[in-house]
Amino acid sequence: MSIAVGGYQKTVAGVTVDVNDEGFFLAPEQWTEAMVPELARDEGIAELTDRHWQVIRFMRKEFFEKGTGPTVRVLGVASGVPVKELYQLFPKGPAKVAARIAGIPKPRGCI
Amino acid sequence: MAIATEPRAEAPARKETIEKVSIIISQGSLLGAYPGLIMANGARAEGIEANLFFTFFGLDVVTKKRYEHLKVATVGNPSLHLPTMVGGLPGISAALTRYMTHKMGQIDVPTIPDFLELISDTGCGLYACKMSVDMFGLTMEDFIPQVQEIITVGEFYEKAAGGQIIFT
Repeated sequence: MSIAVGGYQKTVAGVTVDVNDEGFFLAPEQWTEAMVPELARDEGIAELTDRHWQVIRFMRKEFFEKGTGPTVRVLGVASGVPVKELYQLFPKGPAKVAARIAGIPKPRGCI
Repeated sequence: MAIATEPRAEAPARKETIEKVSIIISQGSLLGAYPGLIMANGARAEGIEANLFFTFFGLDVVTKKRYEHLKVATVGNPSLHLPTMVGGLPGISAALTRYMTHKMGQIDVPTIPDFLELISDTGCGLYACKMSVDMFGLTMEDFIPQVQEIITVGEFYEKAAGGQIIFT
């Protein structure tokens, strides 16, 4: 389910998806795991490791359980990947970048 | 559920972004410390480069002996809606500190020590102000290990160059 305002369409792994102006999926159900390598490359991540996948899967799990993706603090506590490593995996901001790759909206939370 | 408005076919023009912030924390009260820490942590979450500069009583926030015991200032704060003379009574600051810590814990705000560790792990730089350090007679030994360096105001501006500066 999604409620979109604006946004645009792009093609990922041969499939057309709806994203907002910041590149976050408007409809998380349009996402598939096959899109991950291409989405990661767009974020400057050339080589996806198991640790990236661990974070990406955790993002989706949290989103579908709680209605919002986790913040960096939550990732550090609950994803099994410590904060320092999260920033090595996703230097441009772990929660934000992993949310884009995981096909979920930008996590909302001040901490 | 369907998409409410028809998506455009092309990507939008790039929006303006902030690339770097340098945040000064000049107060050592509990509620003087948090805003700057939240801003720094939030900046790193956005992928923005961030530095924290602790000056004057803000040094308490990174001083080993003090940083676990920051207190809510209960005198001279009209927003507490507490008569100033009541705020000055023994135990009032301690009680309000407990209350605020509890309230913040409920919304998952980390304690000051946990927050400093988190912020440091995100790659934010922590620095102490040389003039204040000299004035209080402190050394690097007095600070938590996350403090990288004691720097002058000039060195602060060098580190802040090209970014935004926030004073709290």
